[in-house]
Amino acid sequence: MLNIAARPREASGLSRRSFLTAGLAAGGGLLLSLTLPKFVGAALAADGPFAPDAFIRIGTDGAVTLVMPQVEMGQGTYTSLPMLIAEELEVDLAQVRLEHAPPDDKLYGNPLIGFQVTGGSTSIRAFYEPLREAGASARSMLVAAAAQMWGVDPASCQASKGLVSHAASGRQAGYGSLAEQAAAIPVPKKVALKPVDRFTLIGTPAKRLDAAGKVNGTATYGIDVKLPGMKIATVAACPVFGGKLKSVDDAEALAVKGVRQVVKIEDAVAVVADHMGAAKKGLAALKIEWDEGPNAKLSTDELVRQMEAAAAGPGVDDKKVGDVEAAEHAAAQTVKAVYQMPFLAHTTMEPLNCTVHVRPDACEVWVGSQVLSRAQATAAEVTGLPPEKVTVHNHLLGGGFGRRLEIDSVTQAVKIARQVDGPVKVVWTREEDVQHDIYRPYYYDQLSAGLDAQGKVTSFRHRVVGSSILARWAPPAFKDGLDSDAVEGAAGPYGFANLHVDYVRHMLPEGFATGWWRGVGITHNAFMVEGFIDEVAAAAKADPVAFRRDLLSNDARARGVLDLAAREAGWGTAMPARSGRGVSLLLGFGTYMAQVAEVTIAKDGTVKVPRIVCAVDCGIVVNPDTVKAQVQGGIVYGLSAALYGQITLKDGRVEQSNFDNYQALRIDEMPRVEVHIVPSREAPGGIGEPSTSGIAPAVVNAVFAATGQRLRQLPIDPDRLKGA
Amino acid sequence: MGVMLKINGESHEVDVDDDTPLLWVLRDVLGMTGTKFGCGAALCGACTVHLDGAPIRSCITTVDSIGDSAITTIEAIGASPAGRQVQQAWLDLEVVQCGYCQSGQIMSATALVADNKAPSDADIDNAMSGNICRCGTYARIREAVKHAAAAHAGEAK
Repeated sequence: MLNIAARPREASGLSRRSFLTAGLAAGGGLLLSLTLPKFVGAALAADGPFAPDAFIRIGTDGAVTLVMPQVEMGQGTYTSLPMLIAEELEVDLAQVRLEHAPPDDKLYGNPLIGFQVTGGSTSIRAFYEPLREAGASARSMLVAAAAQMWGVDPASCQASKGLVSHAASGRQAGYGSLAEQAAAIPVPKKVALKPVDRFTLIGTPAKRLDAAGKVNGTATYGIDVKLPGMKIATVAACPVFGGKLKSVDDAEALAVKGVRQVVKIEDAVAVVADHMGAAKKGLAALKIEWDEGPNAKLSTDELVRQMEAAAAGPGVDDKKVGDVEAAEHAAAQTVKAVYQMPFLAHTTMEPLNCTVHVRPDACEVWVGSQVLSRAQATAAEVTGLPPEKVTVHNHLLGGGFGRRLEIDSVTQAVKIARQVDGPVKVVWTREEDVQHDIYRPYYYDQLSAGLDAQGKVTSFRHRVVGSSILARWAPPAFKDGLDSDAVEGAAGPYGFANLHVDYVRHMLPEGFATGWWRGVGITHNAFMVEGFIDEVAAAAKADPVAFRRDLLSNDARARGVLDLAAREAGWGTAMPARSGRGVSLLLGFGTYMAQVAEVTIAKDGTVKVPRIVCAVDCGIVVNPDTVKAQVQGGIVYGLSAALYGQITLKDGRVEQSNFDNYQALRIDEMPRVEVHIVPSREAPGGIGEPSTSGIAPAVVNAVFAATGQRLRQLPIDPDRLKGA
Repeated sequence: MGVMLKINGESHEVDVDDDTPLLWVLRDVLGMTGTKFGCGAALCGACTVHLDGAPIRSCITTVDSIGDSAITTIEAIGASPAGRQVQQAWLDLEVVQCGYCQSGQIMSATALVADNKAPSDADIDNAMSGNICRCGTYARIREAVKHAAAAHAGEAK
């Protein structure tokens, strides 16, 4: 049985022993049930006593509690991370309880990123070693405790399914009965991990541990928090980015039944009510005057003009290999193109929300966040309280996609809550969510390639032009004007003898921000590079798959997925009129992936995508069913964007507002997705994002095959594809 | 003067404006948070509940329009044979990802399965295309609906 319970915050920097003590001391009455309340009392009573590290606690009743350092937003991490621990701890996956980690960079920081963050398809890559080590370490202490008790050699004991046994004497002891003794055993400095061929759990399709509550309505997301005396608020921020609140007439709003209060902050107004219905009605009744500020005339057209101009200026070098100028001079043919991708919103199904209770000496926050320690830090900053006085309770996330890597809505909610007596849940409407997102950047990239007389690529240039997410989100990582994310994968998986990749930062106006979106840098560059390589192949009069294979030289894994996808898709076989196949290939997040898309173009230009064949080599697979689910789902997210996604600005405002004009793919448009996983013993790669990255280029390349139209800009414009 | 609502077999009197959408009464007044808010405009289906067995979007259904009709939410859908089969199929086929839209998906699917023993792909498209899933679980939803329908038809024999 699964129980996901939030755990009271532990102060950071405590020793492992005091971690346990602190947890118990702070535990009384604070443990918050998220799914199945009936288990919480028992589990709390049994908390500890064996807590060898920040991830594992074993009670005297044998209950195994695993604290999840990464957050669950659908990607299956609350199943795959427990698998890593359980594989070495030797416990049955079905018996573990899961808890959300509290904010604590020291205990729960992401080893690949440096603080507590779930993103960039890093969960398995970052925790593959640490969580197996945690499990192995705990197991060896339990075995040592049993051996000590029985006066036998630990090497003669075996651990399996939550029991230690000694075959020679037939004795066995459950982990619960060993917990107290195990706590006295020193934590081993080094433990041996199982070799891959001894895995019994890793590599098998485990059932999701979070599924039960998600089919019966009991799973608790941030938006579902219930607290005594809690009010519900909804908010309108200045519709023009960077604008401020000038004045508001709230008389009519306050007259709405259930409305309790109107709260003004610098750039927004919130209506606080008994329920969201009253809050929304109150918000609609407000008469608000905004000071629109300097962005009142801002438009997408203007921003694109700025990028076009910036593209002609100097760039900052990322990669320089060989001599591109000389190769271009000698080329028999040069192909040049500009590729563009629009601003995108995330539209997680769960609209942004944050519940806050500010007291004079403490602040409590209930939220679903990909960056818990940042949520804590912003609440501390707004309230002026020290971080240890800010408790953050994390929840299941109703989608993340990068939107919940931001804390803007937390900051805003704490500002509002400071003016409210008691707890208040601030919920954004969908319109607010679409119009006040932190958007995936617009990119305006220039690409060129030189070809010799035989049609071989002799040089490759890619100039990336777009705003820098890194400079805002992690300033120390933005070095010497280069955004390493913006240029990630800018030369694809290919080995070009003469290569130049550079970056031009587009400066956004104050108040308009860009952020991470599923697939991050790879999603951007896979579209640019794979779309462009396809046109280079066409210029060389070569088959797109064969052309790519030639560019891969000795990369066996890349060739492996390319050939597998092509074979399974029936590459090269005939397609009906106005239908076609397109391919994409990428290396990202440590994963190789090839996709072949089949498209059919209707007379009115509508693009249908009936079938996707995807071959993936993501190294060692932890949960193959999750890999398949992530490939299928990632394709839907990327295909929604390729077909429909764009955020445009006019008069400083976003023109889209809800799912009618910012569309998402629906079930009747879902392609048949065939996923082929390459068996591998390479280090695990990420799987949450590669398929989102590879779908758009595969589709536009298929559109070219079907119509001869080369689409260099997303979303796909059906008007360009009308035909007989 | 309150509004009377019959929800999951129980009567509730709630003191809200007549034009308040049912969604907020369920979630914020009665604390039944299994029904989700997604768009507020009947565009995404996350808020789907049943009104006398038919799927409706609770985000645009005002409480004064309901009258004596019986409301069923995700919290009680497992009590119906079709609902139980749909939930089981969802688990068996590992449908969920983030899970936020799944209450609404399950409510739409249950209404379909309850009166269609063998839904075709077109039937599924018709019944389910009002429900958005940003995680992209559509392929598994389609299969799970078929499994649930088969199980439900078998049970009904």
